[in-house]
Amino acid sequence: MAIEVEVRLPTVLRQNAGGQASVKANGETVGEIFEDLTRQFPLLKGQLVHEDGSMHKFINVYKNDDDVRYLDKLATTVGADDVISILPAVAGG
Amino acid sequence: MLRLTDATYSDMVAHALDDLPNEACGLIAAVPGTDKIERVYRCRNAAASSRLYEVEPLDHLKADRDAEGRGLEIAGVYHSHTHTDAYPSPTDVKQAPDPGWHYILVSLKDAEPVVRSYRIVDGVIAEEPVELDRR
Repeated sequence: MAIEVEVRLPTVLRQNAGGQASVKANGETVGEIFEDLTRQFPLLKGQLVHEDGSMHKFINVYKNDDDVRYLDKLATTVGADDVISILPAVAGG
Repeated sequence: MLRLTDATYSDMVAHALDDLPNEACGLIAAVPGTDKIERVYRCRNAAASSRLYEVEPLDHLKADRDAEGRGLEIAGVYHSHTHTDAYPSPTDVKQAPDPGWHYILVSLKDAEPVVRSYRIVDGVIAEEPVELDRR
């Protein structure tokens, strides 16, 4: 059964998601949530997941307070009370 | 245009000095739709380097939540250059995450710290004026 969770988007991605700061998406894993997001907002394609299916290098994704990179990455499971936060990686020299 | 208060300006410069010899980095928050910076969030430099910075993602998450709770939003990033000018490096331009953000550089190259702010859109750097609100 698909689970609906809240996904918080950074300003840079909001323009590709109808201007919304927070959206709902369905899925049982972070990867499924991202697939649903891309279905709802096709402009997000390529901004969450690389073509090879791995998580995009320039975003950080949190399930509540946990970086999913240290959980199961895109296979990280989600529950209805979880909040997924997407943040841009901020770096430079 | 970027508008800073004495407090936000001083906090960024103090952070840059505190984190020597490494680069310091942090996020700034504004009232949405304005260029008035209300808060400075010091973040850890996950790269712990004198030549690179990487905002610790957990610090970013916390800053983002705190800003939202105060009716603010993250409007940019600052970082220090310990031995070079207050001008974005090629790496800064390449990795600039948001065209709507302010990119603040604090240079410690000279005895007196220099603070400058830029917009970086599609790889093009444009300096913007920094106004200090004395209050």
